[in-house]
Amino acid sequence: MDLNAILQWPHLVPLICALAIVLVLPLVAGYIVLVERKVMADMQVRLGPMRVGPHGLLQPIADALKLLLKEDIIPENADRYIFWLAPLISVTAAMLALSTVPIGPVFLIADLNIGLLFILGVGALGIFGIVLGGWASNSHYSLLGALRSAAQLVSYETSAGMAVVGALLLAGTLSTKAIVERQAQDGVWFIFAAPVGFFVYLVASIAETNRAPFDMPEAESELVAGYMTEYSGFRWALYFLAEYTNMIVVASIATTLFLGGYLRPFAGTPLFDFLDYLPALLLLLVAGYCFYRVPKQPVGVQKGFMAVVGLLCGGMALLLALPAAAPAGSLLAGAKPGLHGAFWFVAKVGAYLYVFMWLRFTFPRYRFDQLMRLGWQFLLPVGMVNLAGIAVALALHRGLGWGVVPSFALTTALTVAVAAYLVWIGEKQEVRKIGEEETAGNA
Amino acid sequence: MLDLVIFYFFAALAVVSAVLVVTRRNVVHSAIFLATALLATAGIFLSLRAEFLFIVQIILYTGGILVLYVFVIMLVNLDVALHQVQFNRRWYVALLLTVLLGAQAFAAILVSRQSLYTLPPAPAQALEPNTELVAWGLFHTYVLPFEIASVLLLVAMIGGVVMAKKRI
Repeated sequence: MDLNAILQWPHLVPLICALAIVLVLPLVAGYIVLVERKVMADMQVRLGPMRVGPHGLLQPIADALKLLLKEDIIPENADRYIFWLAPLISVTAAMLALSTVPIGPVFLIADLNIGLLFILGVGALGIFGIVLGGWASNSHYSLLGALRSAAQLVSYETSAGMAVVGALLLAGTLSTKAIVERQAQDGVWFIFAAPVGFFVYLVASIAETNRAPFDMPEAESELVAGYMTEYSGFRWALYFLAEYTNMIVVASIATTLFLGGYLRPFAGTPLFDFLDYLPALLLLLVAGYCFYRVPKQPVGVQKGFMAVVGLLCGGMALLLALPAAAPAGSLLAGAKPGLHGAFWFVAKVGAYLYVFMWLRFTFPRYRFDQLMRLGWQFLLPVGMVNLAGIAVALALHRGLGWGVVPSFALTTALTVAVAAYLVWIGEKQEVRKIGEEETAGNA
Repeated sequence: MLDLVIFYFFAALAVVSAVLVVTRRNVVHSAIFLATALLATAGIFLSLRAEFLFIVQIILYTGGILVLYVFVIMLVNLDVALHQVQFNRRWYVALLLTVLLGAQAFAAILVSRQSLYTLPPAPAQALEPNTELVAWGLFHTYVLPFEIASVLLLVAMIGGVVMAKKRI
């Protein structure tokens, strides 16, 4: 088989993309953990990890090595096979879900007719990993954590589904790539057409990934570490990998559905074409900062590593700048949609994850009954009203010939009004309940 | 050729795990094998290019109903259940029912296909675009039966809530 035949093979690009995802994902998850610790440190006016590598840049590698070398303990009365299997289910489901995410117009493993449903359905299988892991550990903390987690996932999946269906109405297709293309065609990201839907999805996705303020399944003060209490070493790392992969998956769904996927901001407007140089400029700035910090590193090795990071950023800047500057029609310019698409996609996913972290360090944890009430009595009704609102807006626009802006403004205002009413009712109930408890306590 | 291999793989997986579902003594193991059987069936749907059916099978059965099963099973004290007699020894009733059901299935295949071995191949292009075709069938061709069925399900759901709740 000669090289040309291999290059012509239709499964080549998907295979490379799949390999890239499986190989790079653990590294990416590790660095998301580092970024999270750094962001947390920044918000708490600390420095965060600083010891391993310059500014703690090698910390994820050290952590991964530590986890790999740790003893793998299986509790004596555990169900051995299920205990082994459970983390694998979680990781496999999370990674499979990434296969229909369009990271760029080219970087996409499979463009299925059912793309978005595939992500939601396969991603939801990860719940088995959590439930079975919690059960197989044969420990009360694990079981309670798993039960909480399952209840939470099932409850919030409905709200997230409502939000997703709203955006699907706007797109008119389930194929992930076609959804993004539709946003390019309409010239507007769906977040502006369905802001309430985006909000509902944001809250539901935090709850679905079991993160603070919804991290009931692993509330340390109550349940030690939830469903993974009995796990250690590499199996624990697999659960962690699954958790962070799930974060990436929900961020990718939000990016694809509401934030225009791999599209540049103002993708259709030539006036904003200067934005094409923004990615390269940003990376150049980062590279410059790295070189500026090189002399300030304490040890020679750290100096060298900092310089390597700077060079890496500079190289990526060059990679992004060349296609933007190359004359149209050349081979380099042809690579532009793929490279820049990937940049914008990763940037949007990163921004979404940053909001996740920000919320985590801002809000205290919910109580379990509050969590269930929020899911069923607020998010689900708001999601339903939002769905109906979008349907009405589309009917007004397409059926009655109203303008896009007035029809969507009207229904969004109505949805917000309903949400405000629900908040008001909820507060009244809460106040009454507290009053009843107080009178009962006094008597 | 590849289609056949894939079909037999998933079919064997489905049958073996279906047998294991009823023979395992541990309920959680049964649930896992049930999940495998359902996923294998989804795989067969996919090899028939019924993508929508494939994902609905996973979302509804594996991701929805089975999660609820496992949820309930885990709340039950398994130690007690393990020591109870779970198997009914009246096998001749089961045998009779199996023979009857098998005969019915064979008769159905024989009447509709005229042959046991050569089944018509799945129409590849006729199922494109999958989701849209299902939607067209549900919301256009058969919209009235579909709506009646959904109202019926809604009534059943409300009935379930009313019966489960002591105080409304």
